[in-house]
Amino acid sequence: MSGADGAILDVRGVHRTHGTGPAAVHALRGVSLAVRPGELVAVMGPSGSGKSTLLALAGGLDSPTAGEVRVDGQPLAALDRRGLARLRRRRVGYIFQDLNLLGSLTAVENVALPLELDGTGVRRARALALAALAEVGLSELGDRFPDQLSGGQQQRVAIARALVGERRLVLADEPTGALDSQTGEAVLHLLRRRVDTGAGGLLVTHEARHAGWADRVVFLRDGVLVDSTAPLGSVEQLLSGSGR
Amino acid sequence: MSIRHGLLALLERGQMYGYQLRAAFEESTGSTWPLNIGQVYTTLARLERDGLVRSLPESEAGQRPYEITDAGRADLTLWFATPVSRADRPRDELSIKLALALTTPGVDVRSVVQTQRAATMRTLQELTRLKYASDRPEELPWRLVLDAMVFQAEAEVRWLDHCETSLVRYRPAAPGWRPPIDADGSPEAVVPTDEEARR
Repeated sequence: MSGADGAILDVRGVHRTHGTGPAAVHALRGVSLAVRPGELVAVMGPSGSGKSTLLALAGGLDSPTAGEVRVDGQPLAALDRRGLARLRRRRVGYIFQDLNLLGSLTAVENVALPLELDGTGVRRARALALAALAEVGLSELGDRFPDQLSGGQQQRVAIARALVGERRLVLADEPTGALDSQTGEAVLHLLRRRVDTGAGGLLVTHEARHAGWADRVVFLRDGVLVDSTAPLGSVEQLLSGSGR
Repeated sequence: MSIRHGLLALLERGQMYGYQLRAAFEESTGSTWPLNIGQVYTTLARLERDGLVRSLPESEAGQRPYEITDAGRADLTLWFATPVSRADRPRDELSIKLALALTTPGVDVRSVVQTQRAATMRTLQELTRLKYASDRPEELPWRLVLDAMVFQAEAEVRWLDHCETSLVRYRPAAPGWRPPIDADGSPEAVVPTDEEARR
């Protein structure tokens, strides 16, 4: 089931306040944002503007003080912890700067883990994990442990884990981290490709060049969405100069 | 960069006539720098006047090919060997606009910054989209041109971020500040006094 307007992620009038009274910090103040299938939305803003809080709320890792978050039409507030965990395993993929790969598991086992936790049989989970690793160009390295892989390869394993199965929403927080510009670009290329096949993507970044991969860029300042770029035209329109 | 050197570089590949040069130029630079055929012929005429190319007899189809001369080749070598000076580029309207916005009463500078950032970001998105769509190996020259524009747009966004951070701390010294003017109406900082001029 999808949201009323077909959005995969629908954030409505969300506030998030940490603490109370005079010491209260208003991380987000009345933010509304929708991400539709096939759409990659980038969130830009200075440190402390609320970018990462927005991403945590979108993935059900945190709850809003007020307002509502829906993923694939499902209000997250209506789910108990178990339901929330299931939704995160099945429908949401995360790519974080901190990779969180388990050192005692091989690449393919790391990627298969969320599927197995969700009850997928070992063989099928492994087959899906190998397919996800092939998608990120690591089909030959599935049996290596994280410490036998380069930083860029580890990041790609983390991406394969985020994209494995049928994730409808991919959330990325500064996904290129400390990678060099070519490897970082490859990461965004992969994210873009997954979104082009129908997933929704939310990318938090402070790098304009990375936000350039998005269909729409929104700007956060002090917990408020202050601006947004207009949707892009097709490549043909851009080349003919009519895509604006 | 001039169209002159662009055409010389293309003629270094071999003889070409006007329409071929235009097509090759646009192929090399994508659609970032469209040329009209008039510009091509005017430039060829100047290059020939300066002895850098020579025109050859017309073909049966009425097309007149051009070839590069030794002098043209030397000019091209020099061009590739010389770095492009930033001073040769046109003045940066944006930095001038922001500097003026800071000192013009009633202008919301933060809004000027944000409007520009959204516009530059949008350009960056367009360039990235074009790059994403041009992934064949033979499209590398075009991708590198796009990359140059991507990095320039990125630098502009970073500079705008920097301006915004600086604005948070900015307190205008006095509203309506003007350069100090001497009794004779000349700006102090630019024109030396009579005494200084005599020294």
